[in-house]
Amino acid sequence: MRNLNMRRLNWHTLKRQLVPFAFLAPFLLIFAAFFFAPFVYALIQSFYKEERSGLGFGPPTIVWAGLQNYSAALHDPQFWDGIKRVILFGVVQIPIMMIVALALALLMDSAVIRLKRFFRLAVFIPYAVPAVVATIMWGFFYSPDASPIVAVFTAFHLPPPNFLGKDVLWSIANISTWEFTGYNMIIFFSALQAIPQEIYESGRLDGLSELGIALRLKLPLITPSLVLGVLFSLIGTLQLFNEPLILQRLSSYISSTYTPNIFAYNIAFVETNYYYGGAIAVILGVVTFAFSYGFLRLTRRQSGV
Amino acid sequence: MATTPLDLDQRSRREPENQRLVGARLLSTKNIAAYIFLLALTVYFLTPLYWLAISATKNNTDLFSSFGLWFAHFNLWQNLYETFTYGNGEYVRWIINTALYAVVGGFLSMLISVMAGYALAKYNFPGRSLVFTLVLGAVLVPPTTLALPTYLLMSKVHLTNTYWAVLLPALLSPVGVYLARVYATAAAPDDILDAARVDGAGEFRIFWQVALPLLRPGLITIFLFQFVAIWNNFFLPLVVLSDPTLFPINLGLATWNFDPASHELLFNLIVTGSLISVLPLIVMFLVLQRYWRAGLAFGSVTG
Repeated sequence: MRNLNMRRLNWHTLKRQLVPFAFLAPFLLIFAAFFFAPFVYALIQSFYKEERSGLGFGPPTIVWAGLQNYSAALHDPQFWDGIKRVILFGVVQIPIMMIVALALALLMDSAVIRLKRFFRLAVFIPYAVPAVVATIMWGFFYSPDASPIVAVFTAFHLPPPNFLGKDVLWSIANISTWEFTGYNMIIFFSALQAIPQEIYESGRLDGLSELGIALRLKLPLITPSLVLGVLFSLIGTLQLFNEPLILQRLSSYISSTYTPNIFAYNIAFVETNYYYGGAIAVILGVVTFAFSYGFLRLTRRQSGV
Repeated sequence: MATTPLDLDQRSRREPENQRLVGARLLSTKNIAAYIFLLALTVYFLTPLYWLAISATKNNTDLFSSFGLWFAHFNLWQNLYETFTYGNGEYVRWIINTALYAVVGGFLSMLISVMAGYALAKYNFPGRSLVFTLVLGAVLVPPTTLALPTYLLMSKVHLTNTYWAVLLPALLSPVGVYLARVYATAAAPDDILDAARVDGAGEFRIFWQVALPLLRPGLITIFLFQFVAIWNNFFLPLVVLSDPTLFPINLGLATWNFDPASHELLFNLIVTGSLISVLPLIVMFLVLQRYWRAGLAFGSVTG
């Protein structure tokens, strides 16, 4: 009898121990199938290549390539140009967007502005617009024969700006800024709203102005949100794809190697070299992860994320 | 755990009182500068959408020959008719597909995420911190990185060009798991769960009948985020689908836009189709604003 009880108890504890894994199982399954497996498969593929016999006739054979695909990518100046381009993009676009988003969030949080709800929505709404649609819209604003901006310049007999020329990178930066400023503003604003009011009272008693309170008290308190906002923007920038791809039809300056992701896409689907494309995807994934992890480590002490 | 995203609104409710206190200083010079800044940005953020609404009423010629920010010949009904009937009504098909991907994918992904987040928040088990590290690591790897590898794997198992190719990867939402863990920690207190245990309820019944109702606002936020992420997804469908009858709206609009042979004719359809495709999202944003802020407050929370 006693023995039976023990066994039931053991069965019970075992069942209890399995409960959390039962809850986790669907997520772990999806994670394994659509995160882990694709990455591992791409990694394996990246060590192979397709070889054709001397004259290019007959079916191609798949042969071991070692690190050839990687060395090809790392020695390809066009790949590096793409990397440099997205880094330049990030160095300029992210700070501008963050400063605007931060200024907006501080204004939304300050006591002296009316119509906050309206302003908040107006700024946030572009986040609801898919990148494809946002780029199609801005494409009309950029193309000389349809643009209302060009029409205004022409009406005042001014030389219209060329949005799709060699500086098209900044036209793309404008689309990203338009899409994501509101998103970041809401992240910062939510963080500001979570700060207890009493902290500001002490600041006022110390004779700080509204601006002083914003810069000296509020800003340090929302550093974790700032870090997070910059981090997500960094990831997005390294992955830049949708906007330049859609804009490609309008600007001859957007090449098939314009950003690392466009490069990988063209290698894989236009040149149908999945092995080389897989290698580039792996490099890009590792670089993105390293950048974000490094950034988190770098800012960890200040942010506490 | 200082504050939870869910109780944010309590503070905003105090705002009006605060505004009255400072009502006297509402129109100082500094404020005028602030309003000019806000107005300029409002114009910047809303003009493209205003343009889209105006342009959906124009025919192909007027799109290029009339001033973009004002009406020309009113052609909206004709545009709508052409958008919905062009190519055997492929646009209607894309709307149905998108709704299917976003609603089914968003709902299942929400369930999967909340179960995982609940387990991470409420149980102590070996490997817990490893799983949580995986989740955080996955947050840092955007879906775009995975699109190409996913395609390679799917073509190996012959899943490309099926609904599954878009739907299954959309079930993965590391951010959703992270948010669910934060919410479960905050909104489902251990004493309530323990009380249910004392009453003899099994672990799964506790989850369905006690924890899930407590987590409802968080669930809506998680659903919303994934719904929009799927609706906006472009890279993955672009690489895994080639059959237009499976396309989501984004991909459909992009192909209308790319097609060099016919793009001249399709501009009014692209513009009208774009307007129709953003309307549901904008309505969702306006109606469910509260949940957006709750989700985006995660920066202020240390889980």
